[in-house]
Amino acid sequence: MIANPSVWREVKASYALVERNINLSKRYWGWEVAFLVYTCAQALAIIFIAKAVPSVAGVKVDTNRFVTYLAIGALTWSYMASLFMCIAESVQWERWEGTIEYTLMAPITRLTYVLGSCLFAIIYGLARTAVVLVVVILFFHPAANPAGFAPAALIVGVGSVSFVGIGIMAATLPLLFTEKGAQMTYVIEACLLLVSGVYFPVSALPAGLQLFSHVSPATYILTGARAMLLGHITGSALAESLVPLAVIGIVSVPLGVWLFATAEHFAKRTGRLKRAG
Amino acid sequence: MSVVTDLHIPDGAIALRPSTDQALNVEHITKRFGGKAKLSLKKAKKPPKVVMAVDDVSFQVRRGEIYGVLGANGSGKSTLIRLLATLLYPDSGNASIFGLDVVDQAADIKRLINRVSVEASLFKKLSAMENLMYAARLYGLDSAPARKDIVRILTGLGIAESRIRQPVEKMSRGMQQKVAIARALLTSPVLLLLDEPTTGLDPRSKKDVEELVLNLRNTHDATILLTSHDMHEADTLCDRLAIVDKGRIVVEGTPQELKDAHRLQHGSRDEPTLEDVFMEVTGRSLEDDEEEDANGESS
Repeated sequence: MIANPSVWREVKASYALVERNINLSKRYWGWEVAFLVYTCAQALAIIFIAKAVPSVAGVKVDTNRFVTYLAIGALTWSYMASLFMCIAESVQWERWEGTIEYTLMAPITRLTYVLGSCLFAIIYGLARTAVVLVVVILFFHPAANPAGFAPAALIVGVGSVSFVGIGIMAATLPLLFTEKGAQMTYVIEACLLLVSGVYFPVSALPAGLQLFSHVSPATYILTGARAMLLGHITGSALAESLVPLAVIGIVSVPLGVWLFATAEHFAKRTGRLKRAG
Repeated sequence: MSVVTDLHIPDGAIALRPSTDQALNVEHITKRFGGKAKLSLKKAKKPPKVVMAVDDVSFQVRRGEIYGVLGANGSGKSTLIRLLATLLYPDSGNASIFGLDVVDQAADIKRLINRVSVEASLFKKLSAMENLMYAARLYGLDSAPARKDIVRILTGLGIAESRIRQPVEKMSRGMQQKVAIARALLTSPVLLLLDEPTTGLDPRSKKDVEELVLNLRNTHDATILLTSHDMHEADTLCDRLAIVDKGRIVVEGTPQELKDAHRLQHGSRDEPTLEDVFMEVTGRSLEDDEEEDANGESS
């Protein structure tokens, strides 16, 4: 029976997206494994740089600390990239199968649609990152401060909201551009990778690029996680990450939903929903 | 008893069924595509092409009626369906479904309608059950009864229970189309928009779908807007129909009225077919249109 409009109905409807994506992941399990191998190889390749620096550069470094520094970057980026890709692909998938018109005809709010996609993306990103973490631990022995795990997880959790917002904004690209929309999201991802200090401190960037790091949530996630896992845990260090992340999250999620709704309106005006990928 | 008459459709949406007897009211609706210049450093040699997909179309459909929109490929049938399905915004004019405006009250309309298009549009790797459960959850249906209804509707449409949990990609085109029809029926729409639902189906599947359409109207208080370029199908199913050409309605009436008018005009004793009527009012046959499409001459 169709229930009356309510929050519960919207929550149930958002689970439709979670269940659908779980089913799709199960059916494409072979590709999931292949892509997981790619992510693990990418993370390992970067972390091995820490082992090679003394011989390549001819300098003495604290290898364990450097390994941990890069591992935090690789794992955080693995999570954020999964989150980002999953949200953007959710729309691309519908384009590809030609189901987008049916989903957008359903009596649900756009917020329900995007939050359903994001909920799965968070679960998916955490599961993939857990696998990458196990692989990294098998190869290296990161020297992280165990007391820093909980506050670092809090920072990543709060930061996820900001990334969800940016992911929703990116999801407008496949909604509007059938053929190359999903690939265009990689451009946004690469720019965030460059300016956020994923594998090096932001201070290494030219001053002009450093300005962009202030608006990237990844900057605050990485700075905060490294401070918690490699340095001394202080309330002020935690707040320095959590406050800007909370602000970016509060701004980016409504902005993302608004952008998505605006893109949908444009697509309905110009007939862009019709085309399948 | 036909498999189709065994069909059970959940009627949980009865509370939402509106009281008005006018299901659909379309007034001077227009939709054009194109017309905006692309960004370019060079001066455009000719102005961008504007396609008038739906041109000042007006018609009404009564509750419980099967109304056909007959036309060649590119005549604007699918655009009209998309406008009513809240998937496109009209440039001018307005349309209402059971008194609700398709633009301003789209959220309410979505609970009253569903659509089946010429392409099945399903997640091909997912099973019929998974595809339909996705739709059921989006429409707020309870999980356990929805699963039972899915099995009942699909088996009623002639799909064996053993196939329901297999990936849709392993089904024939006809079976996929039946799954798409089941997706629409699952939500108990009071207005069903069928956009060439039998195109590409084998004769058996086509007959099943046609029986289903009649059954829906006769036993489930559904109003149906059907687009087709199959003259025989339109003649068999539709209470009234409109023939569209280049986005405009060129003639409207019951199939018998249209054929009688043609016979009177030509003084013929033989009963004309809808194909004869179509050729008369559009100045060409469907085959001509299809040939034009193949040559890329038509929009």
